[in-house]
Amino acid sequence: MTLLQSLAVGAPEVILAGGICVLLLVGAFRGDRALEGLSWASVLLLVLAAVPVFDQGAGSAGAWGGLYVADPLSRFLKLLVFAGSAAAILVAVPFLRRSGTGRFEYPVLVLLATLGMAIMVSARSLLSLYVGLELMSLAAYVLAAFHRDDARSSEAGLKYFALGALASGLLLYGVSLVYGFTGSTGFDAIRAAFAPGTERNLGALFGLVFILAALAFKISAVPFHMWTPDVYEGAPTPVVAFFGTAPKVAAMGLLLRVLLDPFGGMKADWQQILVFMSIASMALGAVAAIAQTNVKRLLAYSAITNIGFALVGLAAGTPAGVSAVLFYLLVYLVMTLGAFVCLMMVVDGEGRNREELSDLAGLARTRPGLAAALAIFMLSLAGIPPLFGFMPKLAVLSAAVEANLWPLAVIGVLASVVAAYYYLRVVKILYVDPPSGIGFAPVEQGVNPFVMAAAAAFSSPLGYLLLGPLMAFGAEAARSLP
Amino acid sequence: MIGIGHYLGVSAILFTLGVLGIALNRRNIIVILMSVELMLLAVNINLVAFSVFLDDMVGQVFAMFVLTVAAAEAAIGLAILVTYFRNRGTIAVDDARQMRG
Repeated sequence: MTLLQSLAVGAPEVILAGGICVLLLVGAFRGDRALEGLSWASVLLLVLAAVPVFDQGAGSAGAWGGLYVADPLSRFLKLLVFAGSAAAILVAVPFLRRSGTGRFEYPVLVLLATLGMAIMVSARSLLSLYVGLELMSLAAYVLAAFHRDDARSSEAGLKYFALGALASGLLLYGVSLVYGFTGSTGFDAIRAAFAPGTERNLGALFGLVFILAALAFKISAVPFHMWTPDVYEGAPTPVVAFFGTAPKVAAMGLLLRVLLDPFGGMKADWQQILVFMSIASMALGAVAAIAQTNVKRLLAYSAITNIGFALVGLAAGTPAGVSAVLFYLLVYLVMTLGAFVCLMMVVDGEGRNREELSDLAGLARTRPGLAAALAIFMLSLAGIPPLFGFMPKLAVLSAAVEANLWPLAVIGVLASVVAAYYYLRVVKILYVDPPSGIGFAPVEQGVNPFVMAAAAAFSSPLGYLLLGPLMAFGAEAARSLP
Repeated sequence: MIGIGHYLGVSAILFTLGVLGIALNRRNIIVILMSVELMLLAVNINLVAFSVFLDDMVGQVFAMFVLTVAAAEAAIGLAILVTYFRNRGTIAVDDARQMRG
């Protein structure tokens, strides 16, 4: 395969990489006043990069000597990631300006992380997996510490970096073991080494456990979730809105591919690990969120619970389970993004963002639209039936039942009942509690209310109108895994 | 005769030291950065040893990538450390507790 063919198959990444260099130069020359223009240019760049993703049709094509693949799964995940990143760039501008961190690096760093994610969801070898994952992580460490004059933001960056570096060390050690004991880093060759009838490969199993631990860190599954609440609380809110959406989707998609494609032959081994992680994430997220007083910390535990649910579908390991996980990720991305956009709009008269739960008391009386949207996201994240967030939970649980993982499904239902308590508590604070007496700033103009309203409409029962196409989209992507 | 097992043993010991350095270290954040480097170098020993043992170049290419990424990682880690020190005036691990957890 020639270089030109590889460039054509990898066009989304090539366009992104080239565009990032140009945007970085523009930012370096024009300085921070270019933030707004650069943000819109970044969104345009993401749209341009999405064009070849659509253009590639339904087939599957490898490139770069087998390091890279463009298949329906990678296309599905890339579209989700691009959409999440574009939204995270757009909604951030008013917040960054208010908090005095309106620097041009923000959209460029998000784009770099997006490039990393695009590479990692298209990885067909442990080498491209590693490079993509690190490109995403390195940009994410900087983003967590983006508010560099704020002690909490730099502490969040530092904690994220220290634990992230540990995770990438674990990943690499696992990669080296898998390479040594299977003789290759390509997914096809690894898969062949675990084909039925081959001898049980203990060294590679050790490697798989290390890789699994590192990927669990990236999706913040228990027991590798320790960084999540601190990073969510300390990092600037738009950065958390980004962390909570696109990187989670990309890492979960990568986990799907790694477990079902190269390590598909070891399903019996990884299934028990996933069942444990899933139960632990759902239980810990549901219980620990009850005591939280900070909305961002609460959403961090909510993320842990929701990842636990997504892992239920992956633990099933069936095509139905995979397509349920993909559908879950899509709906979860929209709901989480909406919740953080709401939080960004809770601004008091002095232009400060209020992030404590008690600050939201009685918000429904002063800002009814904002409170209604936040309530929709909370109830939808809880998976309460008329709202759209119920459907993905139903899909993953029924996939688990079909795969005979009854206990897992029962625990999932119990955990969602416990979790419903703290989501409902937020709604009660919004609607029933006496007002906190904070004079909120007038309703924000611009793109944020629009994003919030669109996400709220999607998470409300109106989302059911899209149910058929979205499920079909997920199912088509799931078919590209063996 | 030194075989692949010896290399793997050394690398496993170095890797464990690195992990313990991160887990047990209670004093200084720079020590965490050093421990991370130790882990990555243990991985490189593994990769190069396997590469020679399997007579396959991929392991050595991978080691090159690891070295490059490790350099970028150290640069970013130190940069975050500098902003942290500016805000707090300390780099002791135990002081990084402004947020619970």
